[in-house]
Amino acid sequence: MAFRDEQIGVRAADGRIAAGIVALAAVALVTGGAFVGLVFQASSDWSGAFAAFDGYLLRVARFTLFQAVLSTVLSVGPAIVVARAFSRQRTFPGRVLMLRLFAVPLALPAIVVALGVLALYGKAGIFSGALSMLAGGDWPGIYGLSGILVAHVFFNLPLATRLFLQALDTVPDDQWRLAAQLGMGARPAFRFLEWPAMRASLPGIAGLVFMLCVTSFTIVLLLGGGPRATTLEVAIYQALRFDFDPARAVALTAVQIVLTLVTFTAITRFGGDYMASMNLSVARRRYATAGEGERLFNLLVIAAAFLFVTGPMVAIVVAGLGADLGRLAVEQAVRHAALTSLALAVPAAFLSVGLSLALVACRRALEYGRRERRPSWPEWASGSGASLVLVLPPTVIGAGWFVILLRLGDVYAAAPMMVIAVNALMAMPFAVRVVRPAYDAASARNERLCAALGIAGWSRLRLIDGPVLGRPLGTAFAFAMALSLGDLGVIALFGSDSVQTLPYLLMQRMGSYRTEDAAGIALLLGALCLGLMAISDRLGKGTA
Amino acid sequence: MRGMIPLLLAALVAPLFAGAAAAEGALTIYTYESFTADWGPGPIVRKAFEAECSCSVRFVSVADGVALLNRLKLEGQSTKADIVLGLDTNLTTDAKKTGLFAPHGDLANKMDVPGGWSDDVFVPYDYGYFAVVYDSGELKDPPKSMAELVDGNAAEKIAIEDPRTSTPGLGLVLWIRKIYGNKAPDAWAKLKGRVLTVTPGWSEAYGLLTKGEAPMVLSYTTSPAYHMIEEKSDRYKAASFAEGHYMQIEVAGMTKKGAENPLAQKFLDFMTGPKFQDAIPETNWMYPAGKTDKPLDPAFGKLVEPAKSLIYPSDEVAANRKAWVDEWLSVMSK
Repeated sequence: MAFRDEQIGVRAADGRIAAGIVALAAVALVTGGAFVGLVFQASSDWSGAFAAFDGYLLRVARFTLFQAVLSTVLSVGPAIVVARAFSRQRTFPGRVLMLRLFAVPLALPAIVVALGVLALYGKAGIFSGALSMLAGGDWPGIYGLSGILVAHVFFNLPLATRLFLQALDTVPDDQWRLAAQLGMGARPAFRFLEWPAMRASLPGIAGLVFMLCVTSFTIVLLLGGGPRATTLEVAIYQALRFDFDPARAVALTAVQIVLTLVTFTAITRFGGDYMASMNLSVARRRYATAGEGERLFNLLVIAAAFLFVTGPMVAIVVAGLGADLGRLAVEQAVRHAALTSLALAVPAAFLSVGLSLALVACRRALEYGRRERRPSWPEWASGSGASLVLVLPPTVIGAGWFVILLRLGDVYAAAPMMVIAVNALMAMPFAVRVVRPAYDAASARNERLCAALGIAGWSRLRLIDGPVLGRPLGTAFAFAMALSLGDLGVIALFGSDSVQTLPYLLMQRMGSYRTEDAAGIALLLGALCLGLMAISDRLGKGTA
Repeated sequence: MRGMIPLLLAALVAPLFAGAAAAEGALTIYTYESFTADWGPGPIVRKAFEAECSCSVRFVSVADGVALLNRLKLEGQSTKADIVLGLDTNLTTDAKKTGLFAPHGDLANKMDVPGGWSDDVFVPYDYGYFAVVYDSGELKDPPKSMAELVDGNAAEKIAIEDPRTSTPGLGLVLWIRKIYGNKAPDAWAKLKGRVLTVTPGWSEAYGLLTKGEAPMVLSYTTSPAYHMIEEKSDRYKAASFAEGHYMQIEVAGMTKKGAENPLAQKFLDFMTGPKFQDAIPETNWMYPAGKTDKPLDPAFGKLVEPAKSLIYPSDEVAANRKAWVDEWLSVMSK
């Protein structure tokens, strides 16, 4: 066997790269297709594209960047502290539930979250009395930049925390054992063990949060207090909807992508390479290093984050309990919508995780094989390029593909496929960030071994990578599902009556005075998401 | 087990593709979602018309009237619609420009909307008035005119919709323009202090009212009827404005494709009659534009009856909408 080692090693890398190329092609097809469709639609009249560049665009672009950068800093900075606290306090009652709850905001439609935030910090919110005293007068409500920031941090702090935690989990137990043997305190442990692991993930996580905030729409309009707070996404939506000016929409989308790319590149500079350990792990358990004082600090941090995140959730639950849940639960439309949501979210999550794994493996294979210092463009593309899909507004993807499908065949029959494909793509940036630290760490440990033993392809995935990747893949799956469950964008555009999901039903009820029903459905959506988190946690653990 | 996954997926997705087959003698109606919702007029109308025509009605629904027009523009000649139901008069000029619609024959005089109706392409099926709806538990002294709303106590807030993204939002811009003319920007500058926030759509704004966050919201005069009939509550009331209320007239039209399908003309005739019109008040929460058999629920008698119906002709809205919305934007962004 030994003489074939080299050859097989190369072929194994090729297989991963091929899979990555397929995944990249899928991303390019969906995003590029949308652009082709819109450009085709716009081809008769390009005047709107040039007219888009005016003072208004400049103002809007400035505000978009400003709020997104602030939101990112306020979400990611504290998330580092919170994730570290969670990582060092591995056993306390409620830890598992807390971390599951941290994934729920992903599944909640923006309007539900906005109303939840207002129930606490609004003009008539629970805290308005206290805030009035602080403000020294009538509390005007949290409208304005502060409202936008609070809602964005609510969405993204828990997300970033979970992603950082995933990165921290890749620090091998042996290093912790060594740290304990050396009597390393909290400070050096952070510097030498935790920070390098988190720093490697920082650009990816910050980039993800930044993109989510750049494309914010409902939150910005509703909590921004007026049109002064307008994002590019709003302008794109207006161009496509009220003005029906595809050329302008294409131009604005291009601006949004360029702005994000530039920021992305700037953020990447903060990153660093994380050299994962190449040794096989022998330590059996984590050695506690936290002292009494630090323990107290960690628990305080966790409690503060928990209260901040669960506050609006409690408001959502209370509002939901006011609905006639018994009636809703047996209602045909609700059951059907729940099933439809699941039927779309499950395949979307499978697809998303599969494509993400392919991309992560491809990037790692390219990185492992390269001799130059700078990554090649395919490596960059499979690393972070694919996540740019998030800055394509769902309205643009929907409208672009609508134009194409119209010419190819039955739009309505294709609607479910479109929803699955787009949701899978939208979830990929999340899934990639969950899977990548674990995969890279495993690769650093096993790459040579696999090459030496000639283990590649499926058998490698099953025997070598699978066991270590079980938990992150489970988490990625849960994230992708939560995201698909809460998605509204693409479905709304295709609007086929056969594809009515829970968020769609929620908006429909809200749009016809049935606010209580909508609150009840929001509660069901959150509960469904939490249930799925529990299941995927189990499944992930099963393989680990 | 791994081989099972694709099978499972197929089983999950398969039902989504079923049930779109067109039967012989079918009519395709494009409309908006709240029309086809379980509690909307759609199911009632479909049942009644199918019994009459022995054909099958297929609804295709999108978010709202604006999305409906966009859908048509995207589809162009290849549209499957026979009937398009749910545009309002702010959109009809643009809709005619698509060249997709055919004249309806002679139905205009059968319909009854304030101010009269004369359009050879679109037929009105209901109408309503924009109004400031307020929470009578919170607000003891609601404004009695637009002037009082504009100049009133800035501590009593109103939630409005964004005219760039929502139909009622555009309605308020037109309403204020109709009353104040070229002075509209000044009125907006004063009103701005009372605006709690500007929401992307009606749902969000109305949610702020029912959550107690804003004591006033821009909605319809008919909104209180919903609360009276469905919730037995008269807490939410519409404020009657001395200058009059801006109207929204919802219309349907037959496409050129529909003109070749005899069912389309038949449906338009049906739409003007009581079997359709009876369903409108308590499912679409608007006033019927044609003859009804049933009298309106007494709750409708308690609603604000506008002193004056204000409306711009469709062409004028089409010509000025962008300029007026930009004007609004520049005042509100200051």
